[in-house]
Amino acid sequence: MENDILKIENFYAYYDTICILNNINLKFKKNRAISILGPSGCGKTTLLRCINRMHELADEAFVKGKILLSDKDIYATEPMLIRRRIGMVFQNPNPFPTMNIYNNVIAGYKLNSIKLKRSESDKIVEESLIKADLWEQVRDNLYKRGTFLSGGQQQRLCIARALAMKPDILLLDEATASLDPKATSNIEKLIHQLKHSVTIIVVTHNIAQAARVSDYTAFLYSGELIEFGKTGDLFTTPKDKRTEEYLTGKFG
Amino acid sequence: MEKRLKIRQIQDKLFTVIVALFSIAIILPLFFIIFYIVRNGAAEINWHFITSLPKPVGETGGISNAIVGTTELIGIAALIAIPLALFTGIYMKEFEKSKLAAVVSSLTDLLQGVPSIVIGIVCYLWIVLPLRSFSALSGSVALAIMMLPMIIKSTYHSLKLVPDSLKEASLALGTPYYRTVMKVIVPAASSGIITGIILSISRVAGETAPLLFTAFGNPFMNLNVTKPVNSLPLLIFNYATSPFSDWQKQAWGASLILIIMVSALNLLSKIMEHKWKTTY
Amino acid sequence: MTQAEISCKDYRLKNLDKQGSSITRKETLFRFFLVTAAITSVSIVMGIFISLLFGSWKSINEFGLNFIWSSAWNPAARQFGALPFIIGTLSTSFLALLISIPFSFASAIYLSLYLKSGWLSGLLKFSVELLAGIPSIIYGFWGLFVLVPIVRSIEIKLGFIPYGVGVATASIILAIMIIPFASSMASEVIKLVPQDLKEAGFAMGATRFEVIKNIILPYASGGIFSGILLAFGRAFGETMAVTMVIGNSNIIPKNIFSPANSMASVIANEFTEARGDLYLSSLIEIGLLLFIISFIVNAIGNRIMKRMTVKK
Repeated sequence: MENDILKIENFYAYYDTICILNNINLKFKKNRAISILGPSGCGKTTLLRCINRMHELADEAFVKGKILLSDKDIYATEPMLIRRRIGMVFQNPNPFPTMNIYNNVIAGYKLNSIKLKRSESDKIVEESLIKADLWEQVRDNLYKRGTFLSGGQQQRLCIARALAMKPDILLLDEATASLDPKATSNIEKLIHQLKHSVTIIVVTHNIAQAARVSDYTAFLYSGELIEFGKTGDLFTTPKDKRTEEYLTGKFG
Repeated sequence: MEKRLKIRQIQDKLFTVIVALFSIAIILPLFFIIFYIVRNGAAEINWHFITSLPKPVGETGGISNAIVGTTELIGIAALIAIPLALFTGIYMKEFEKSKLAAVVSSLTDLLQGVPSIVIGIVCYLWIVLPLRSFSALSGSVALAIMMLPMIIKSTYHSLKLVPDSLKEASLALGTPYYRTVMKVIVPAASSGIITGIILSISRVAGETAPLLFTAFGNPFMNLNVTKPVNSLPLLIFNYATSPFSDWQKQAWGASLILIIMVSALNLLSKIMEHKWKTTY
Repeated sequence: MTQAEISCKDYRLKNLDKQGSSITRKETLFRFFLVTAAITSVSIVMGIFISLLFGSWKSINEFGLNFIWSSAWNPAARQFGALPFIIGTLSTSFLALLISIPFSFASAIYLSLYLKSGWLSGLLKFSVELLAGIPSIIYGFWGLFVLVPIVRSIEIKLGFIPYGVGVATASIILAIMIIPFASSMASEVIKLVPQDLKEAGFAMGATRFEVIKNIILPYASGGIFSGILLAFGRAFGETMAVTMVIGNSNIIPKNIFSPANSMASVIANEFTEARGDLYLSSLIEIGLLLFIISFIVNAIGNRIMKRMTVKK
């Protein structure tokens, strides 16, 4: 289907000789929020890192199979170019400590030596911060260091930084795991707003969060895709016994 | 039982007193050294002393050539040592598991322990012999070799403190590896790296032994890197061991200036370390 | 789409392959740069050793092992033996260690176990740092003009020949110079002792002295040994301060007040005046010996220190 922005076909990921992902097949529709769910060690973070080719940063890591972004194989081109189109937000907020808020947002352009006119970059910074729901709080402090913000604000700054690159897909790797409940709920609200303009893939071990934020859910267990479907269906009528056991808290 | 406890307590008190006395005794030589240098040196220092050239015994000369020479030697040494040490330090951090990194690490430790006079000999063999002349260049190379291990180590240790998450953040934005290192990781470690550089400069600013048969000393002003050049420590050595009391007095003045220079650099490194520290 | 969005998309989609290959080329260049720097640093150290070996080849050929055992140093007769300097270096370094150990240990123990903060601790730390920062030439200068007269008056009282300069004076200067280094090494070693071990000692009712004697010192013994070794490495390579107060006499010292010469000092004094290849070569061989000793001392010291750190 033309509507599928990301297709994962017969995909395997290894670390050294250990198989972490075993024959994954998935199709994600454009501008939806998808969550990848599973117990720790099931390979969900690896799957996310394979989508923007961060997995291969370790010397011992390699992959087999195809991941297609708009029908183009991402493993057939430069990883740098893929990462510019697929943004990522990490478990712990990691704004660049040597840059101010403005430069943090525009960092993707600066670091890649993409020349922008001042008016262009001003616009991108404002738009991104508005999208990340941070503009009102930092508009007067754009030239202060980002590290003085609270944890939740730092995480939204990181989201703004990723959004500034106008990515096709935004990956969130347990992005709320280090935040307090208030900040977490703010980020969740943000995901709801953002999914109209960008496809969002969320990795979480928080079952309730997956239910709250996502349209589709994939359940991974020890490297295999057990089930994938609309979040409502998967939560109410899981087809596989393992999914049901995980969702009801029998393991995980 | 009671008595035994008393003895143990007295023993403990006695030990405390001894340890305290020995520690405080360290202040004494420092006080004496600083006292003598300030007392004898302060009388010598004036504008004329700093800005004029050395004169024959009997006339009041200055040490301007030594101040300029020291600056020249250190400047060239820094130009040689900083890029080399910086990239070596980055290599050690980024390729930490490689065999070469292990070799670099142990040889750096070794180089730090090599007596400075030995480095003087080697630079004599490497540069003075082929050029057939003592030269500022050979002195600078000697100082640069002494700076290397200090800067390599401080670079490596500062880079190690930078969390991996920053590297990931940069790579995830599609930044190539080399720009991630040079524009994200190195700047994040910059306060530590610069502190190391300043400390290494302050350490070699007072070095004499490696300059004895490289920079050699020169009573005139010289900026040509292929000719011998004077430096503050060399001047102090030559004047202090001379039989003329005039020159000995000037050596006190030069010592005071050298100590002020070195202390200012140390102070600067302290300030860098505390105030400009990057919080992650 | 905004203008910025268009230009950004353009950048991403235009000439993907071309961009990719230029990035790869810069990446390769960068890695090449790093490796080159590392190899250059390594070759400098190797080059030092090889140059010293070549430079001293004549002397090694001529005297063989006799160079180390012979005490004849007579440039006019082309006779070169390094024994007086080896003894001069060893005696001054050992004496300096003996003098400095109580002070450096006491200050390390005092600063890391007793006085952790307060003005006295600040003053002590500041003093140690200042001592470490004073250039060696200034120690020598001060020694020559302040310490030498003091030692001379002591010699007169004790009935020795009042040289003033000599092994004792050099050792005292060296001791002052290595105190900061030895003290910071000792503090580092004490820091490596696990906190729970110390607390276990206190919990059993031991006094502070007993904890230091029975828990900290035994645990840190390896580190203390390597610290002493590394401090020794500092002392024996020291040149200027020693050169100025040791007396520069090329004979084996008879007692601790005799003038003598150390390996580094003889190089400093005679290198530029050395006439003839064999003379120069002999001086370079002394440099080679200094290099080899520093290699051994540092290799052992650093290995023990690293093992201590890993153990923690």
